[in-house]
Amino acid sequence: MTVTKKNLLSWLLCMVMLVTGLTGCSDSDEAEEGEEDIEVQTLTIEDEDYYTRFKGDDIEINVYNWGEYICIGEEEGTLDILTEFEELTGIKVNYTTFATNEELYAKLKGGGVSYDVIIPSDYMISKMIKEGMVQKINMDNIPNYKYIMEDFRNLEYDPRNEYSVPYTWGTVGIIYDTTVIDLAPEEIDWDILWNEDYADQILMFDNPRDAFAIAEIMLGYSINTEDEKELEEAAELLKEQKKVVQAYVMDEIFDKMGASDALIAPYYAGDALMIMEENEDLGFVVPKSGTNLFVDAMCIPSSSKQKEAAEMFINFMCEPDIAHANIDYICYSTPHSAAYEMLDEEVRNDPVSYPSDEVKANMTVFVNLSDEASKTMQDLWTQMKSAEDETTSRWVMPVFLVACLLAVVIILIRRHIKNKKDIF
Amino acid sequence: MKQLKIFSVPYLVWMLVFILVPLIMVAYFAFRTADGEWTIQNISEVGQYANIFVRSIWLALIATVICLVVAYPLAYALSRMEKHKQSTMLLIVMLPMWMNFLLRTYAWMTLLGNNGIINNLLGMIGLGPYKLINTSGAVVLGMVYNYLPFMILPLYSVMEKIDKSVIEAASDLGCNSKKVITRVVVPLSLPGITSGITMVFVPAISTFIISRMLGGGSNLLIGDLIEMQFLGNSYNPHLGAAISLVLMVIILLIMTIMNQFSPDDQVLI
Repeated sequence: MTVTKKNLLSWLLCMVMLVTGLTGCSDSDEAEEGEEDIEVQTLTIEDEDYYTRFKGDDIEINVYNWGEYICIGEEEGTLDILTEFEELTGIKVNYTTFATNEELYAKLKGGGVSYDVIIPSDYMISKMIKEGMVQKINMDNIPNYKYIMEDFRNLEYDPRNEYSVPYTWGTVGIIYDTTVIDLAPEEIDWDILWNEDYADQILMFDNPRDAFAIAEIMLGYSINTEDEKELEEAAELLKEQKKVVQAYVMDEIFDKMGASDALIAPYYAGDALMIMEENEDLGFVVPKSGTNLFVDAMCIPSSSKQKEAAEMFINFMCEPDIAHANIDYICYSTPHSAAYEMLDEEVRNDPVSYPSDEVKANMTVFVNLSDEASKTMQDLWTQMKSAEDETTSRWVMPVFLVACLLAVVIILIRRHIKNKKDIF
Repeated sequence: MKQLKIFSVPYLVWMLVFILVPLIMVAYFAFRTADGEWTIQNISEVGQYANIFVRSIWLALIATVICLVVAYPLAYALSRMEKHKQSTMLLIVMLPMWMNFLLRTYAWMTLLGNNGIINNLLGMIGLGPYKLINTSGAVVLGMVYNYLPFMILPLYSVMEKIDKSVIEAASDLGCNSKKVITRVVVPLSLPGITSGITMVFVPAISTFIISRMLGGGSNLLIGDLIEMQFLGNSYNPHLGAAISLVLMVIILLIMTIMNQFSPDDQVLI
């Protein structure tokens, strides 16, 4: 019996290996065939000497970035940026990814890790500056800073631009299924996320800052408000929305909208474009009543031990060819003038990625909220999410606990008595 | 006896470094403010999340009961099979556990979705679509699916040891088949039941990814709440530690009560 089972297992293993081997082969075949009509990205560096300083020094840097936020040559013909950097400079890059700004913050705050380049968003940068978690960058070491557009210098989160080099920017808008929602883009505003006709077909942000921003725009407040009453009103509005919301999600939006599991979702413009490539029925609109403009920028944590190598990496990311390869892959908008010029005409004129100045005027950048305000927002958010339709009495838990305690006490007493009886 | 003790040293060291010290740290964190002062405010703040605790306990309880009801007859049937069939069947029970936990849960997302496979199939015969995903039912389903083997295995290993002759003797002495189960099999399998319940209930009550993926973010469980405090939006490890501490106490209480049902010499905690 055991012999046959072993045989079966080895057969299974063989099959698995065979199948993976075969698919592996066919992959490379396809790649060879498709090579001809693919535009191959090339890399030209102006000042190569700058990058060779650390060659042979065996330096490693730790880069912590968002998931799917760098071009690593997955598609044929694109640049593998990390490898290019390692080859050019001899500096080894340890690349890891995070999913939310808060995760990044928690990792850094918790200590025990050392990153040299991180890419947080605007409000998180201002928070980290305030708490001394990031250090000033020596801009003399980043000659390519000259490419950063004027619009993206000295923004509110880093007023003198000492701590960060913008990497990408984007807006928040609404993705919707055009086959069901038969409205002109101009007619769509944030209130569609509250529309009961689409109950259970609406997705919503699973993070308080973005969710509150939408409610605050609808109420006509600033998205950076710290007023407790305004925050409470926004929470009230979000609570009202709960009954029409199918799910609170972040990255799952890709799957759910891609598979038409939901009709409407607010999301970041760059990601929306990616989803729209998958599912052509989808449309995207930046509501005219205003929205949040976000900037993700490269920073160097105070704990970094390889500051100059980190600056070299940041400068490398600002090389026109590299910035272009990245933006081409990520689909977000670029603050890099040379990379922008290199984009296709079609992309440059796309109102989703590069909205007109008129639309831009209505957008606000997040800044960090005070500790009290963010705690209030957080509490309101947790309350909103955990609130049930039929409110459980607040006595249930205490009564339950007391009952448990009583039961344990009775049990212990009984055991005690029993033990005594056994002795006699 | 003394020599035997030496063998437990590796685990004792392990326990000290990776279980005891972290536990003390959790307790320490729970009673400190961010500024490093002693406080009980964190613990008292946990009170406002009572409804999340109630929901977690309730869902974990339902999942445990379903697991028990499904697993018990299966484990009994399994233990009475021929030996070689048993190992094949056990393999089938274990098979889903070879697959990654996240992947298994993720698969349910595509199965249960509004445009998912189940709703599509129902649609073909003119039913639905039903709201399957993002409900507490889906969360319970995820728990049962993921933790069912943890119920089957302890039950099976206890029942396997019940000697056939004991059951035969009971029948010989006039028990009908129903009485054999209630008066012989169930009492003898009690240790398996209690350890099975522990192994399902404890992970189920503190799970977070299942509720996130299948509950749609609006069925918050304690696990989600704790995760939010450490990695999520509300960074507050002190409150997180306090919630974990309260959760541990609750589990301890529930387990102590549970252990009353198992024979005295097999008490777990």
